[in-house]
Amino acid sequence: MAKSTVTPRSDLTLFLGFTLVVLAMPIWLQPFGAAYPDLMQKFAIFGLFAIGFNILFGQTGYLSFGHAAFIGVGSYATVWVFKLMTMNVIPAIIFGTLVAGIFSLVIGFICLRRTGIYFSILTLALAQMSYNLAYSVLTPITQGETGLQLSTKDMRLLDGAVADGAGIPPTNFFGIEMGAWDGLFGFYFCAFFLIVGFYISIRITRSSFGSMLRGIKTNQTRMMYTGLNTRPYKLAAFVISGMYAGLAGCLMAAVDPLAGAERMQWTASGEVVLMTILGGIGTLVGPVIGAAVIKYAENIFSAIDKSVLVDLFSFLPDTLGTFIASVVSLFVGKGWHLTLGLLFMLVVIFLPGGIMEGVDRIKRRFFVKSRADSAE
Amino acid sequence: MTDKKTSVSRRSFLKGSLAAGAALSTPAFWIQGAYAGGHGFRNDPTNKATVTLGFNVPQTGPYADEGADELRAFKLAVKHLNGEGDGGMMQTMKPMNLKGNGILGKKVEFVTGDTQTKSDAARASAKRMIEKDGVIMFSGGSSSGVAVAVQALAQEMGTVFMAGLTHSNDTTGKDRRRYGFRHFFNAHMSGAALAPVLQAEYGDERQVYHLTADYNWGWSQESSIQEATAKQAKWNTVNAVRTPLGAGDFSQYITPVLNSGADTLVLNHYGKDMVNSLTQAVQFGLLDKQVNGKDFTVVVPLFSRLMAQGAGESIKGILGSTAWNWSLQDAGSQAFVKSFGQEYGFPPSQAAHTCYCQTLLYADAVERAGTFDPVQVIKALEDHEFSGMGNGDSIYRGADHQVFKNVLVVRGNQNPSSQFDLLEVVDIVDRDKVTYSPDLYAGELGPYKV
Repeated sequence: MAKSTVTPRSDLTLFLGFTLVVLAMPIWLQPFGAAYPDLMQKFAIFGLFAIGFNILFGQTGYLSFGHAAFIGVGSYATVWVFKLMTMNVIPAIIFGTLVAGIFSLVIGFICLRRTGIYFSILTLALAQMSYNLAYSVLTPITQGETGLQLSTKDMRLLDGAVADGAGIPPTNFFGIEMGAWDGLFGFYFCAFFLIVGFYISIRITRSSFGSMLRGIKTNQTRMMYTGLNTRPYKLAAFVISGMYAGLAGCLMAAVDPLAGAERMQWTASGEVVLMTILGGIGTLVGPVIGAAVIKYAENIFSAIDKSVLVDLFSFLPDTLGTFIASVVSLFVGKGWHLTLGLLFMLVVIFLPGGIMEGVDRIKRRFFVKSRADSAE
Repeated sequence: MTDKKTSVSRRSFLKGSLAAGAALSTPAFWIQGAYAGGHGFRNDPTNKATVTLGFNVPQTGPYADEGADELRAFKLAVKHLNGEGDGGMMQTMKPMNLKGNGILGKKVEFVTGDTQTKSDAARASAKRMIEKDGVIMFSGGSSSGVAVAVQALAQEMGTVFMAGLTHSNDTTGKDRRRYGFRHFFNAHMSGAALAPVLQAEYGDERQVYHLTADYNWGWSQESSIQEATAKQAKWNTVNAVRTPLGAGDFSQYITPVLNSGADTLVLNHYGKDMVNSLTQAVQFGLLDKQVNGKDFTVVVPLFSRLMAQGAGESIKGILGSTAWNWSLQDAGSQAFVKSFGQEYGFPPSQAAHTCYCQTLLYADAVERAGTFDPVQVIKALEDHEFSGMGNGDSIYRGADHQVFKNVLVVRGNQNPSSQFDLLEVVDIVDRDKVTYSPDLYAGELGPYKV
């Protein structure tokens, strides 16, 4: 996205295109074997998470290594609302996002006193602290490793107690269950938030607030010399992105009412950094693409085992087929991390701007070509 | 946040996106029904030639070894169900309704997944199996935290979960579910089986130090062992320290044991954690010490051969309990060990045993029910009595979906005759001695129909 070509109209096209692609996921993901509700929900949720992360990292350049903590906080808050108040997801999501916002305000207030690697380490330390708290210290609130789960004996003040012998009521949106339409309702529910989140991120990027954030990224010292206090801007960006993460955590709990501590682990925080870099730092769509690629690898590649590959290569002569299958099998199944690592290396080395840079290059090539054509 | 260049007003923007949204959500309606099998039950295989089972095991993380062995057992069970190989336990289990032609005449296929020993990942993997691969039943285990989490999912989705290795009391206690079944024994049974042997071996009134894996199973085993040994032999807990799962280095937890005044160390660890903590405890010379006028001793309440293999010399003479061991001489165990050995070249572990049994028990229940409908299958499994599967006469108790069967007390073999002959069976504790009331760990199974 070269700066010169950005117009309100191009943003509108981008937004409409994005909406279209997201809503049509159940169709175009079919050939990839990814068109099942759980994975599409993950695409939407982690896409939202990455968009929010990109508002901080992509705009201000502050690399947070602790964003997963906000996901966890959002999830726990959401499940507690399910347990105590109602299975309707709306109050739970509002509450969860707010709690994550307050939590990120505190964390941001502490961490933003430092920049660069010190900031990253501070966020990492605080997030890892939250993880350990959730994992063992706060077990009565978080249920530790098992994860916070619902139970038939929960209070649910607004819904009332369940009848004897009945199961745990499902999470719902004013009566429509998240599992309705064979799980697609849950996906569209998440997709709605993804699209809204995307719209907000466009608006932020194009606003003067966004310019201010990019100013901080370019040269914070110069910004301060002009007499500007950058801290409120940084803190605002941090809280906004923390709330995005919190919302993602809420949605996770809404479609699958369970909150586990491993959601807050540093690996989860690292994952969103990978997503953003893979897709393209600072771009609007990039983080969503990165999130989708990583979640796809995690869920689909990890499930391919050797027998599937042997079938796949059965058209080749026997020995050759088995040989190729055994080589490829290193990269799928439990070796899916290896594939992801290679992909990540390739992208970082050849496309430092992420997948979006690749898309841009292709676009430019065609664009330049057609111009040359018209000149003839 | 003003953008003066905007030529499109917010109103038209919203209108446009609404229209696009409405147009695009239509596919949701015609895709309906693609995932579930209409009005009957989820993933009904009636109109298909094959039936798919899901095997969700830890392929990475601290329990990867157990997971790999579980997967071997699942594959073997599928082979036997489809009439390939020598049939293994299908020759010995009673009652036995399997015909070696798949389940209800449908060839059995399977998909696998990696739980990563994380609740979230395990649930995502299980959901993939249910929503995408259309499994009618899924199984697997090796962490009770994971088992409890996916069992809750099984209830939500209405898909039967035949738990693999999970030893926590909660799985069939406070977190029991109508759609979850456990063949493996649990911490309470370990305590009940071990306490008399420990008393006979090490005497009364010992001062015990617990190192406990910090999650559901660890807590469960810690309290069960404490209760059982306190009641049986007045053993007193000096300290109980929680260690993180997959810690790797336990030296910082073992050093304080030396000066705590304890004369017994109970390691509530499993898998690679137990291998590491036991090896380090032995290296620190705990076993050579004398405290309170007694020889210092180490107890590992949950043993497995795979861990014994990993711990090597350290395991010699250590007491523990196990669900099953390949050295058992009954016909069922022998048949299973033989066909597993022929397939893979080494004997199966207890994790493999329970997963193999679970698959056969599920298939048998479907045959008896005459349908894949989970409600009928669950009813066929509840209070089902069976034998010939390696643990004597066993029963799937309907009240909590826990199998009650004989439990083994074992000791690390002092003079192993082969690299697999690592556990010596000290006692086979009768199932009546380890049976407890289903109300002891109260929970709700939930409804049949979801």
